Amino acid sequence: MSENLLKAENLTMQFGGVVAVDNLSLEVNVGEIVALIGPNGAGKTTAFNAITGVYEPTNGRVTFDGQVIVCNHPQGRMKRSYKGECAETYVHERVLNPTPDQITKRGMARTFQNIRLWKSQTVFDNVLIAKHMLSTSNVLTATFRLNRREEEKQRSEVLDLLKLVGLDDVRDELATNLPYGRQRRLEIARALATNPKLLLLDEPAAGMNPQETLELAEFIRSIRSELGLTVFMIEHHMDMVMRISDRIYVLDFGKLIAQGIPSEIQANPRVIDAYLGVSDDA
Amino acid sequence: MKKKETVLVAIILLLVLIGTIVLDAALPSYHIAIKVVKKATVYSLVAVSMNLLNGFTGLFSLGQAGFMLLGAYSYAVLCIPVAKRAGVYQQYNGGIVQFSLPEIFSNLFGQTVGTTVGMLLALLFGGLLAAVFAYLIGLPVLRLKSDYLAIATLGFAEILRAFFQWRALGPITNGSNLLKNYPDFSHATSYIILGGLLIAVIVLLVHSTYGRAFIAIRDDEIAAEAMGINLAHHKRLAFVISSFFAGVGGGMLAMYMGAVQALSFKSAMTYEILLIVVIGGIGSITGSILTSFLYIASVEWLLRGLDSGKFLGISAPAIFKNGFRMAVVSVIIMVVVLFFRKGIMGDRELPDLIRRRAKRGGGAS
Amino acid sequence: MQGLIPYIIAGISAGGQYALIAIGYTLVYGILRLINFAHGDVFMVAGLVMVYTTSTLPMAIAIPLVLISTSLLGFVIERAAYKPLRTAPRMSLMISAIGVSYLIQNLAFYLTGGLPQSVRKPIPWISDPITIFGASTKRVTVITPVLTVLLVVGLVSLIQRTRIGMAMRAAAKDFQTAQLMGIKINSVISFTFVIGSFLAAVGSMLYFTNYPTVSITSGGMPGLKAFVAAVFGGIGSIPGAVVGAFLIGLSEELIKGAGYSTFSDAFTFALLILVLCVKPTGIFGEKVTDKV
Repeated sequence: MSENLLKAENLTMQFGGVVAVDNLSLEVNVGEIVALIGPNGAGKTTAFNAITGVYEPTNGRVTFDGQVIVCNHPQGRMKRSYKGECAETYVHERVLNPTPDQITKRGMARTFQNIRLWKSQTVFDNVLIAKHMLSTSNVLTATFRLNRREEEKQRSEVLDLLKLVGLDDVRDELATNLPYGRQRRLEIARALATNPKLLLLDEPAAGMNPQETLELAEFIRSIRSELGLTVFMIEHHMDMVMRISDRIYVLDFGKLIAQGIPSEIQANPRVIDAYLGVSDDA
Repeated sequence: MKKKETVLVAIILLLVLIGTIVLDAALPSYHIAIKVVKKATVYSLVAVSMNLLNGFTGLFSLGQAGFMLLGAYSYAVLCIPVAKRAGVYQQYNGGIVQFSLPEIFSNLFGQTVGTTVGMLLALLFGGLLAAVFAYLIGLPVLRLKSDYLAIATLGFAEILRAFFQWRALGPITNGSNLLKNYPDFSHATSYIILGGLLIAVIVLLVHSTYGRAFIAIRDDEIAAEAMGINLAHHKRLAFVISSFFAGVGGGMLAMYMGAVQALSFKSAMTYEILLIVVIGGIGSITGSILTSFLYIASVEWLLRGLDSGKFLGISAPAIFKNGFRMAVVSVIIMVVVLFFRKGIMGDRELPDLIRRRAKRGGGAS
Repeated sequence: MQGLIPYIIAGISAGGQYALIAIGYTLVYGILRLINFAHGDVFMVAGLVMVYTTSTLPMAIAIPLVLISTSLLGFVIERAAYKPLRTAPRMSLMISAIGVSYLIQNLAFYLTGGLPQSVRKPIPWISDPITIFGASTKRVTVITPVLTVLLVVGLVSLIQRTRIGMAMRAAAKDFQTAQLMGIKINSVISFTFVIGSFLAAVGSMLYFTNYPTVSITSGGMPGLKAFVAAVFGGIGSIPGAVVGAFLIGLSEELIKGAGYSTFSDAFTFALLILVLCVKPTGIFGEKVTDKV
């Protein structure tokens, strides 16, 4: 097994009185494609959000590339109303609740369940903007064009990325003019522009037909090998999940109910009961 | 921008400059046309600075008047000739600031160069002061959601105004009295050059990687944050930069008006600028400039007849009396807001007009 | 303490007037998430109408006329300037409100020649001078808080116990779902504006009986302060707006009494900023989390 890249331990998200993610622990190792599946409302995107800094976890710890990046324990009012487990485990650890941009700068980039492209900008600029965080120039050097070399380098990198995802023919189109499937590709290209080690994809195949889903699956596999990436994805298209995942975690009502390789998950009765159903899947 | 467009834009700008020089030579400096050009240039600068913040970064701030106030007073306080101070600060024993930048530099560089250097430095100081205040105000306020941000910045502007009218600060600000007798650029060309250069810097900023980051924050700040853009830092940056230019604009406004008092910098001034920005098109610098000129020219000059009985040859003193002009302008504003929601220019700029089609990017610009 | 009594009375009275305006703001914001910048100017127009009608018509006609015309004004503004922009981004709506405010002020300036209009025939009985706790004032300063409380109680009952009230609460909670559930959202919104304008008209008549000069900018400051009161109390909460309004009215007058009248306005804004930074949802407000 390769070394660990992402580790979530005892991750719990409680909103008011509802525990959306319940003591979730999972691992993603370098070079893997790991999937998080489960019925709608199971807490998958919430888990993503807790890992990427969009939410502060109520409890738990996230380690990335050997370093603790997120850590929290129930505090204040939550101390009394906490319904989850392991309330005491992280009490003595340093509380770390970084903003999403800080986490992205560490090498974790994500896409969104509902596409969040910058609608007024072109395809090219959408990806170029994601390069901003890698700029070494400050506002003055950038304004007075003293960063010409860096900007040209970034622009050529963007072009390469667009060619990689097959979008360079539409690079001057407004992002909103693209068909849905290509917009999803664009979101992936944008995330890749931040030079991540780990790519988190939230339902990348949503709304795609079987043909597009197949192409996307192969595409994810190819960027894993070509770019040396690790992929962690939420997905409902079971054919894609079973096809390319190395390992799968199954969430139901916020709790982890199964984990393992695709064949194990397909045969797991609890998973079938909660989610997969019998015989042919989507 | 492609080569052809760059050349055409440059030609247009050159024509504007030449036109202004001709105007300066042909007309006396108190002529209404010169005054319109001066005031419109100042309003353009402030409108573009507001567009940077509200239009490009999506931060709905209504504090512009406060920053303009800081810039205006900085300029006036630093530039009133020493000999005139006793006459201005009558209630405060001549005030505690007993030097003036133009005079200091005149001793070093001679009358014309020195005065100009002094004036420019005073403007710069005004901008920097506004920027400092923006930084401090921004710390608590930029976290707020859009409507709350609007009210909070409005509130800060009003608080600033109250402080400037406070008797205790009189030795610097002259309390509720006018500050006057400071130098001015007599030629409209000076305004155009200065305003033009400053707006050019804003244009450069907007087309740089930081400008694009601002736009990303406006379009979807959650995605922007996910792509590594620190929201607090960039919002503060936009706020501070916008306020800097508003401060310089305020200083130029002081220059133009010849006398300043805090009372003029009410929230009504901010609303005026906001309406100009909206009508010009949120996110269009060209729109802000064009609308500023249109608005000032109409209100100060062309539509004056509506207030004094005779307009376009029609004489109707019963209708065309005092206040009709602004009433008409207000109606036009409402029409634009309701029916031309994207404003005159939408989000297009001058090069897009030359290209004569709707904005579609246009390659690596 | 004796010296403070007139200020306390004035403060309670001002608070009542602000409360009546603040309710209009908080109701509209609750449903439309719009800061109705024009609301203060509606208040001013009510004052102008009062000046004209009371000096030319019998009181029994003048007063209802003020109430009706102001409510109508609120209704028209909503239909003409806000309804068309309901699907537009929030900024457009707010700009429309600013535009309406601008328009009202400029029209008023044009029609009145810019001169402040004085009340020539004050409303009888409430404008009579009285002495209370040793301080002399007009009866209206005592009537105002009482009337305010009565109206607020009536309004809260309406919202809690009637169907239209329930519709208003539903629209405030979730605009789109309320629409999908068959609530006639246009009627609800119009009704909200009518109530807000009606209350502003009442507040206006009380205010201008106390300070009998109506100038074009009379609506600006009271309007803004009433808005601060609404935010302070928790935007969307009527009791909050009322509490906030009385607090602001009292503090203002006490500051004036202490000799710092230049700062009485600034104080209100400082309070606003404090609230926004410390507890943006206000005293009685609720916290809302965004879903990503």
